[in-house]
Amino acid sequence: MLDIKDICVSFRSEKQEKIFGTTKKQILFDVSLKVPKGTCLGILGESGSGKSTLGRVMCGLLKPEKGKVFVDGISVYDSKAGKKSLQNKLSIVFQDYTTSANPRFRVKDIIAEGLSAQERKIGKKIDKQQECYRLLNLVGLKEELIQRFPHELSGGQLQRVCIARAVACMPEIILFDEAISSLDAHTQVQIMDLLKQLKEKLHLTYVFITHDLTSVTYLCDDVMFLYKGKVTEHIPVFQIAQTKDEYAQKLLHSIIEF
Amino acid sequence: MLHRFLHHKTAMATVGLVLIVALLGIFAPFVAPNDPYTTDILHKFQPFSAQFPLGTDNLGRCILSRMLYGIRPTLGLAVLTMIGTIGLGALMGLLAGYFRGAVEEIIMRVVDVMLSFPSQIMVFAVVALLGINVQNVILANVFIKWAWYARMIRTGVMQYRDRNFVQFSRCIGTSERFILLRHLVPSIAADLAVLASLDVGWAIINISTLSFLGLGVQAPTPEWGAMLNEAKNVLTSNPTQMIVPGIAIVVLVSAFNLMGDALRDVLDPKEVER
Repeated sequence: MLDIKDICVSFRSEKQEKIFGTTKKQILFDVSLKVPKGTCLGILGESGSGKSTLGRVMCGLLKPEKGKVFVDGISVYDSKAGKKSLQNKLSIVFQDYTTSANPRFRVKDIIAEGLSAQERKIGKKIDKQQECYRLLNLVGLKEELIQRFPHELSGGQLQRVCIARAVACMPEIILFDEAISSLDAHTQVQIMDLLKQLKEKLHLTYVFITHDLTSVTYLCDDVMFLYKGKVTEHIPVFQIAQTKDEYAQKLLHSIIEF
Repeated sequence: MLHRFLHHKTAMATVGLVLIVALLGIFAPFVAPNDPYTTDILHKFQPFSAQFPLGTDNLGRCILSRMLYGIRPTLGLAVLTMIGTIGLGALMGLLAGYFRGAVEEIIMRVVDVMLSFPSQIMVFAVVALLGINVQNVILANVFIKWAWYARMIRTGVMQYRDRNFVQFSRCIGTSERFILLRHLVPSIAADLAVLASLDVGWAIINISTLSFLGLGVQAPTPEWGAMLNEAKNVLTSNPTQMIVPGIAIVVLVSAFNLMGDALRDVLDPKEVER
């Protein structure tokens, strides 16, 4: 489904030795990964490990310096068509729900934007009002919320709206960039249950970027550890206890047992 | 939005005042008691009377009528200037802020050059170059002011272009037109409205200044700045002639300044309703 090969990304560093220096700071070092259809990959890493940068590369917003991204065998960054095919297949849910919806849009407009992406994809008009209600039901929200503005919703509700918007584009892959990290523990579990349901129902593939190991074990099939821009471990979740990698072990042990 | 607008006292009051002034200007021929151009030397410097509600000027023309007719060039030209400025500035700012790269470099360097000239001198230069004419005054004002807007709008756009909702739109392949018109323009509209209404005040003052100096609207045409110019010779003997257009300018400019502030509150959906 999604195939990433030897991605390298670097940014021009803030501190330059010379006035017009071009010293670069490399963020990602030869990152490769594969996400088969219908699975869920968790990408784990601490702050600054490059996981969000990897997310930006995956969703087509950042062209890597080296390496290729393939979606169903089509290279994304080499042609317009590749990008189009990625845009048709991928959708995204962000961590910071306060900025992920336009504060001037009502819930129906937010979801309608996803729906127009779906219209473009299948090439025919859909009844947006009806579809909005269906999607709200799907993510477990009441229909009367449709006229609300984002600031009139709670964090959990807004994150559900964002999930509805992501699903509205009829994607095959959804990328979650720390999508649940900013919610409280109880809401996190609710959202994760919702995600599990949606995955079954809509045959989705998930890529889950997070720093929270517990949510990965709850939701994902595979887990990948990213440390200072390098992949240190990539194993199925059920084998996570047998990891040989030092960094992964450290992370595993740092979970506070209740 | 309409609901919030109707419940905002300052917004209602200022917009109401501006609308009334605009209507008075449009319907000046029906409202004005006298012909603003008829001179009558025998009746010059008349005090307030039923026939001349605000007296007459040094040529015996009705001051009230001249003031009402003067709304047309004053307000009309100011609004026209603003539309031109914002149109050009917003377009340039949006392009520079959203597309970045070479487009931004070219636009912003031109803006830098424009901003390095003293604005008032530039207006004089443009008017002197193209000739004393109303169109040239507008042209000059747009010419010096657009760069300032382009810069403000670019900053606004840059603030929003990396927000997650724009990232999402780009990610799922929403058209650039939709992103620009539905996400970015409304997001900066509040700032733009404030700037624009503050600057209509600026434009009124600027056009009046130029007319006062004899570079804008020409003599017999009633315009507030030109009226002030005529009044300055009789400052001590007939102060009414100066006070009327003077107060008119102050009131209208303050109305626009207050309106700018009120509009910001109205256009921001997060503003707490009181």
